Amino acid sequence: MKVLAALSGGVDSAVAAARAADAGHDVTAVHLALSRNPQSHRTGARGCCTIEDSNDAFRAADMIGAPFYVWDLSAEFQEKVIEDFISEYSQGRTPNPCLRCNESIKFEAVLERAMALGFDAVVTGHYAQVIHGPNGAELHRAIDPDKDQSYVLGVMTAEQISHSMFPLGNSTKTEVRAEAEARGILVAQKPDSHDICFIPDGDTAGWLARQIDTEPGDVIDAETGNKVGTHKGAQAFTVGQRRGLALGNPTGDGERRYVVDVDVKQNIVMIGPPTLLDINVIEAVNPRWSGPLPVNGQDIEVQVRAHGESLPATVEVTADGVVITLKDFLRGVAAGQAAVMYEGTRVIGSATISRSRRVS
Amino acid sequence: MAELLAKPGNPSSLHASGRLSRRHVEEARETVARVLGARAGEVVFTAGGTEADNIGLKGLAWSERELNPAKRRVVVSAVEHHAILDPAEWLNESDEFELTLIEVDEFGQVTPEALRKALGDDPSDVAVVSVMLANNEVGTVNDIAALTAVTREFGIRFHTDAVQAPAWLAVKFSDLGVCAMTVSGHKVGGPHGVGALIISRDCNVTPLVHGGGQERDVRSGTLDTPAIVALAKALEIVEQRRSQEVARVSALRDQLVSRVQEIAPDATYNGHRDDRLANNAHFTFPGCLGDSLLMLLDAQGVECSVGSACSAGVPQPSHVLLAMGASANDARSTLRFTLGYSSTQADVDALIDALPSVLERGRRAGMPKS
Ligand SMILES: Cc1ncc(COP(=O)(O)O)c(C=O)c1O
Repeated sequence: MKVLAALSGGVDSAVAAARAADAGHDVTAVHLALSRNPQSHRTGARGCCTIEDSNDAFRAADMIGAPFYVWDLSAEFQEKVIEDFISEYSQGRTPNPCLRCNESIKFEAVLERAMALGFDAVVTGHYAQVIHGPNGAELHRAIDPDKDQSYVLGVMTAEQISHSMFPLGNSTKTEVRAEAEARGILVAQKPDSHDICFIPDGDTAGWLARQIDTEPGDVIDAETGNKVGTHKGAQAFTVGQRRGLALGNPTGDGERRYVVDVDVKQNIVMIGPPTLLDINVIEAVNPRWSGPLPVNGQDIEVQVRAHGESLPATVEVTADGVVITLKDFLRGVAAGQAAVMYEGTRVIGSATISRSRRVS
Repeated sequence: MAELLAKPGNPSSLHASGRLSRRHVEEARETVARVLGARAGEVVFTAGGTEADNIGLKGLAWSERELNPAKRRVVVSAVEHHAILDPAEWLNESDEFELTLIEVDEFGQVTPEALRKALGDDPSDVAVVSVMLANNEVGTVNDIAALTAVTREFGIRFHTDAVQAPAWLAVKFSDLGVCAMTVSGHKVGGPHGVGALIISRDCNVTPLVHGGGQERDVRSGTLDTPAIVALAKALEIVEQRRSQEVARVSALRDQLVSRVQEIAPDATYNGHRDDRLANNAHFTFPGCLGDSLLMLLDAQGVECSVGSACSAGVPQPSHVLLAMGASANDARSTLRFTLGYSSTQADVDALIDALPSVLERGRRAGMPKS
């Protein structure tokens, strides 16, 4: 097949592209320039798309023998990922920008352009597996549970999955690093990137404060309704958060308090004991299905954060989304997070959490 | 040449191999001077066009400023290569200088009127003007003598980036009326990493790099003799073959242009029709991203270019096209085909064969949504 490998300049995408070439595919490499004013170096594991990354990607492509190009997607990234991130936060939701990037950049803008240019598939270094079953291409978890990235790929449609290759899904990170070393890929020991790539110093709250106009407001005890403190702006808070509240021990009972609700309109942060965070029903909207829809009442597993656990649940598909009922209570679910649904290792689909509640 | 590489003498050394090396450099200097219509003493060898441009712009600006602190403006055309534009912007940011850009017309040409407009009512604060002889993207050639006639009225120093010119135009430094002129090895068929700044004797230039002062105290660093000899040789060859190649290549180019326009009637042929490098054909293909077309043609063995790549290799809409009045989208839909002394009819045929399917694919991939 004629495949387009997206090379970030890191180890994973380089090994993925090399494996695709070994498998006999005709590989062309692209580096996605997502930042308009790239920094020259990456500091530690943070940031992305630096000039150094672009050079590393070029060197990796060269070793594989793949022609290399840089695609400027900075305008799309700005609009679909960064602005979406700011807008979600300013409405009191907690988005996952990596998921948004996969949804609108890597497997939409890039994949569509690749298909139009005559490629059959896009190859990336994500840890997930595409398994071609009787119902077409299915997205499955990677075999390395520590690295599994199927959660951030949960937004992919069946059509997108059928044109994607994830050659690392059946390997562990350790194996991939060793392979990079053996192949002489120079970035074999480069640290993994994590955090949010467009916030290079890792200070999300500080970054958001510069983007969003915030005003101080009240912190209110959800159980008593009393004001127990002030905050610098409700948008910077996420349900389930404890750090950054700076309240000490507001109620004097020695129990820790968590953010249990964020009301951006009234600029109120509600706090309460952890038990108030325990929910068992999740409502989610804008579902994206990776294959056939689940039948109502079907037993599934659900994951609500990137490195979260997989929790047993049942699902109902409704007119505007899904209602997921968990078998056990789950602590700290914020609106805006994605609920990715699984059947065994297979991704069924994902939806954006709009509300969660507790039903006894 | 092999002999030079095998016996590397330092041209600044006083022993025998140093003297030999020195002789090669001086002979090369004489050749470069002769081909470019300058005097040998005016040739300063550099490590390429970028360095020569930097010395030409900053060195002239600083030396003028030293003589007269009121001279705090640099004036360059909006379509200069980054080797001029970036140092000009850097000077602008330094607080020492202000930058005025000269507007170009729809063909990318600088007219004497546009230069006058940029100089403004009181040009006494202008330290240096730099306008390129020929544009590296759209191939448009400027009438430098007509422009220096304007700056001469005010006694303003003029630098020209002539990197693109010698292969296609007979350049005579002494006729241009400039203070300094840049040339580069790899644009005349010579090596990368070597170039020259031709500096008129009556022009002072403040050095950028300090050291042994090997080149007229303007430029320090041990000279790369083999590269310099190769640069001179390349210019000699260019001088011999130019008129013949200009006729041959411009005929090929004209054929390429009309065949491209037959395939893509909606394509715009950019740049000046007549005042143009013989080897340049530059198009806008509406609705196609230049990067997509480049990638598709590359896969078919046809090499071409989009604007000019910035440091990160991130394709940016071409500042040249934007300055010529193109929209941001049009500026990203361009492709440049440059021919050389080695280009053949078969090369043009290969492009024309590949182009229809490439354009079809490119149109399907379309433009970015934003
Ligand atoms: C017009 C122009 N100026 C300057 C340069 C820079 O020259 P060099 O690559 O030798 O540094 C180039 C190179 O392509 C050029 O085309």
